[in-house]
Amino acid sequence: MPAAAAAPNPLARLLRVAGDGSARLLGGYSPTSGRHHFPRSELCPYTGATDVEDATLPSTGRLWLWTAVTARPPGYGGPVPYGFGVVELDGIGLRIVTRLTEADPSALREGQPMRLTTESLPGADGGTDDADSGADDADHGADDAELVVWAFEPDRG
Amino acid sequence: MSGASISGVGMHPFGRFADRTAVDLGAVAVRAAIADAGIDPGSIGASFCATAYGGVAAGHRVLGRLAMTGGPIIDVEAGCASGGAALQLATQAVESGRHDAVLVFGIEKMPRGVIRSSFFEPWQEQAGLHPAPAYFALRAQRLVREQGITKADLAALVVKNRAHGVDNPDAMFRSAVTVEAVLSSRVICEPLHLWMLCSPNEGAAAVVVTRSASAGPRGVRVAGISLRSHLPGSVLGEDSPLAGVDDLDIVPPTTLAARDAYDAAGIGPDDLDIVECQDTDAARELMVWSELGLCAPGDQPGLLADGSAGIGGRRPVNPSGGLLSKGEPLGASALGQVVELVRQLRDESGVRQVGGATTALAHVIGRGANACVTILQR
Repeated sequence: MPAAAAAPNPLARLLRVAGDGSARLLGGYSPTSGRHHFPRSELCPYTGATDVEDATLPSTGRLWLWTAVTARPPGYGGPVPYGFGVVELDGIGLRIVTRLTEADPSALREGQPMRLTTESLPGADGGTDDADSGADDADHGADDAELVVWAFEPDRG
Repeated sequence: MSGASISGVGMHPFGRFADRTAVDLGAVAVRAAIADAGIDPGSIGASFCATAYGGVAAGHRVLGRLAMTGGPIIDVEAGCASGGAALQLATQAVESGRHDAVLVFGIEKMPRGVIRSSFFEPWQEQAGLHPAPAYFALRAQRLVREQGITKADLAALVVKNRAHGVDNPDAMFRSAVTVEAVLSSRVICEPLHLWMLCSPNEGAAAVVVTRSASAGPRGVRVAGISLRSHLPGSVLGEDSPLAGVDDLDIVPPTTLAARDAYDAAGIGPDDLDIVECQDTDAARELMVWSELGLCAPGDQPGLLADGSAGIGGRRPVNPSGGLLSKGEPLGASALGQVVELVRQLRDESGVRQVGGATTALAHVIGRGANACVTILQR
């Protein structure tokens, strides 16, 4: 166990990572609206229906839209460029905003199979000096903690 | 119910002003609007201050500087649409008969670069799931794919707006650009290059709204104004959700607001002589054209190529140069559009004058989501 008192993982209710490193997104489903959503919400975010059930979301999908972020945005200490896009999950039609492991937009194509994975990101202060993030990071107390976030990678399986 | 008209406008130029505070900028714009209206400041019944980053009691600090406190002063935040939201409240306050004259102003000093916002949780910033240009880029890619628009068309939109901005003394960028130069600027988020994105910056704008009956011959009537938010579901919505569903049947907030405003004014898009609309990035303006009903989806390149959307064309869009020329001080940007259109409708726009314009539309869309459409007539 880590020696320091760990800050609560802000993604604990969005992403479950098993001991072997495999990950699943944690969403919700309303039988009344017939729609899945993410992150899980008390009410269906599309209809307000109250019959929301837990739903472990499919870990495969198809690439819908993508780009790459080439300049480090404020509050972000990870690598650049990084892939960013929307993947439509197989079978349920839900579209997820996600990091992409591929940071070259020309290497990706519409509809290509994608698979859920994770990426580990440093706090904003863990990166190189960045004029954009400036001194206003002082209020981000947990900046040093690594964050494990969902990402999608091309599924070449 | 009496109608509401704009009887005075004022601006502080948009740009970067290291030696001036947002309050300084606001005081300049408010004084200019009061003078333009020729109104006694003591007759202002209420004031609305649009700002996203101005902090606590921003409006009080501006009006305190001008000895104009005592009445209600209400700060309004609605992202890029803050000024539109404030103008709607002011219009309602006059139309209802509660006040004869209301002041609306917007002020902002934006940090440089990508906008940092309390809108996102810190973890979302740490994960890199927040940069506005990345969301803009995904919408742009979809526009390119689904409406047959090319990167050269995106660049041509920038060329149009920057050409308009050359003669606008209130704009930050006043040099013309070429398609080749736009496409040579560095890629920020494919397909968007640096020059296709507006620069967050600083500025202020103000308008005085009065009963139409007392607005005088220079008055410009607020024929319709509507602020709307997003319907749920679109993964690309300006509410920046982490997920969404198929959105083909989800009406975007710009269209919701436009329908309301057209209905209130009793006109349609074909009746417009001049338009100022949100051009946070080049793709956004092209999307807005179809969302406002200015053209069918996919017809944008033709309107760019034949000059219809330029000054001198059938219906100029962003004759001010748009945000691509002026930059975007969030709280002030919507009112900056209104200042431009009021001056155009009064025939006071010099070399940028659009001849014979009597009906104009202003549009903003941004985080929230918030969209506002204002129709002005003279």
